[in-house]
Amino acid sequence: MNVTDISKGISSAGISEKEPFSARSLFIRWESILILLIIIVVIINSNISTHFLTVRTLFNMTFNFMELGIIALIMSFVIIIGQIDLSVGSNMAMSAAVMGINYQMGVNMWVAVILGLLAGTLGGFFNGVLITRVKIHSIIITLGTYSLFRGIAYVILGDKAVSSYTEKFLYLGQGRIGNSPVPVELAIFSVLAVIFGIILHKSRFGRYMYAIGNNELASRYSGISVDRIKVIIYTASGFICALAGVLFSSRVSVTRPNMGEAFLFEIVTVVLLGGVSIYGGQGTIFGVVLSLFLVGMLRYGLSLVNVPSNVMSVIIGCILIFAILLPKVLRRVFAVR
Amino acid sequence: MKNLDTNTQHRGQLLRRISGRREIVLSAFIIILIIAVSIRSPYFLTISNFKNILLDSSLLMILAIGQMMVIITAGIDLSVASTLAFSGMAVGLIVSNNGGIHPLLAILMGTGIGMVIGSLNGFLISKAGIPPIIATIAAMVIWRGSTFIISGGAWVDAYEMPYSFKQIARNTTLLVPNLIFIVIIVSIIFYYFLGYTKTGRQIYAFGSNPDAARFVGINVAKINFLVYMFSGTLAGLGGVLWVSRYASAQSNTATGFELLTVAACVIGGVFIFGGTGTITGVLLGSFLLSIVANALNQIRISPFWKLAIQGAIILIAVITDSILSRRVERTLREGGGS
Repeated sequence: MNVTDISKGISSAGISEKEPFSARSLFIRWESILILLIIIVVIINSNISTHFLTVRTLFNMTFNFMELGIIALIMSFVIIIGQIDLSVGSNMAMSAAVMGINYQMGVNMWVAVILGLLAGTLGGFFNGVLITRVKIHSIIITLGTYSLFRGIAYVILGDKAVSSYTEKFLYLGQGRIGNSPVPVELAIFSVLAVIFGIILHKSRFGRYMYAIGNNELASRYSGISVDRIKVIIYTASGFICALAGVLFSSRVSVTRPNMGEAFLFEIVTVVLLGGVSIYGGQGTIFGVVLSLFLVGMLRYGLSLVNVPSNVMSVIIGCILIFAILLPKVLRRVFAVR
Repeated sequence: MKNLDTNTQHRGQLLRRISGRREIVLSAFIIILIIAVSIRSPYFLTISNFKNILLDSSLLMILAIGQMMVIITAGIDLSVASTLAFSGMAVGLIVSNNGGIHPLLAILMGTGIGMVIGSLNGFLISKAGIPPIIATIAAMVIWRGSTFIISGGAWVDAYEMPYSFKQIARNTTLLVPNLIFIVIIVSIIFYYFLGYTKTGRQIYAFGSNPDAARFVGINVAKINFLVYMFSGTLAGLGGVLWVSRYASAQSNTATGFELLTVAACVIGGVFIFGGTGTITGVLLGSFLLSIVANALNQIRISPFWKLAIQGAIILIAVITDSILSRRVERTLREGGGS
């Protein structure tokens, strides 16, 4: 049996380059579906409100989901390597609480911010170490820290809230860049999205992440230091959550221990709707950014017609199920054809 | 050398037996905890306080038994607290508008609502192939939102509920408080189901090796569907009892309770990758959590610590588990290898 025989055998087995339903073609299709949905939502929203399609409104709208967005970026990394981080919202609250309590005790604002970031990063590192050392699936470890971190936030702040932050600090979450209408938060998100995109799609680290997500055992045997990558990603997740906590406190000018309680669910929705596979190994940052704006605009549109937030969460819950079912249904339809 | 071999092998068996006998370790831990707390607070070790602890833990026990069956199949059900809230609210609204409803009918209605919600989860997971964590997170949000929607955000208060309904959780049957009586019934039913029926044994078989289970002809989709349906059913039952016990149905009833049910299972020795778990272990795990919560009150620790301590307990249980099972594995390997 020579080489051509083998390659013939492979292509007849359906593993050829021109396979009709490759992962790549699904992604191209998936992202175009997202763009199509965004266009539909924009059209509907601008019919509801004539003010929707103005530069100012569009930029203002982004204030509502930027903290969520930056966590969604790192959550995509976590899910791509086949793990999950349920503790993100709690870590956010813990970091913000650490920052808030330090500021209240008279520590300089920016030192307090750094302490908050440090606390979140440590929390993420703690997650990573436990997951790699204890060798228990991240669902359980982060379910534990989900409770632990939120609990620490409550222990630190109790029923108090920290407010009266300095003007300069509030600029982070409420300000705009120079005289332009671009919010600082949007700028931070954009920079992070570019960095995350480059890491995922253009670096060796990114290739390793896909490899781990597709087959962790094989990656381990081929010499990828899987544990180190996991610890790095969870630590980064902690840092990003802390950053989100800082931005959130700055935007609403108050820190409460219950902040971000509903975040986890929406972040997971955004990531999965963005085409990241819950089984790991698949997904693009571009898709996640698109789905973030889709969900954000949808929420904004629903609030324009006075849909209460509880109805909204029911709708978004249904969207999450739809987002997972659709590719499966599509695959079945195409397979039949 | 031969002597050493049998020695290590013996130790391996011993360790396995100890780690398998989670119930003994847990009971010992519970006793130590009781002694420690009683030294600090004289009121702790009284009959009325223990009745309280048992009543508090009964709801957790009912839901944790459902959660256990799901975890045995290596799944997870994060929607139980929302199911509880929805069924409790629905039944609360119904009885407050129709005072004449028989308490048993109220219980049946709540259980039925839970069964429908659980079946939906089971369908999404077993037939549509959605991963359990995603399907049940979505269900958690959807049913919590629906609870707000059907109630309009308002509470159903004690004075709106008929007396007979509130008595469900307060009366006694055969001298045993109803709640505890129901826990006993539920435990016996599922103890029998899991241990002595074909379907029950298949749940364990599926959990410990899904592929093998499929090859020997077990209807995997059915098993996967059933465990979520049972979990939802028990959560629905829990909803009625919760509302009756606290005489109040609120939209945010039992938020975070799903975490406690998972904690009770993990502490009770239910292996998170599926295949093992006993009713006794889960009951003890729930009891331990309730004792801790009660003890925190008794020794006057701020309630703000509760969440953090729960998280720490879960992590400690998981870490101990992992260390124990690894040590057993190593000992077994050394014993067999030489």
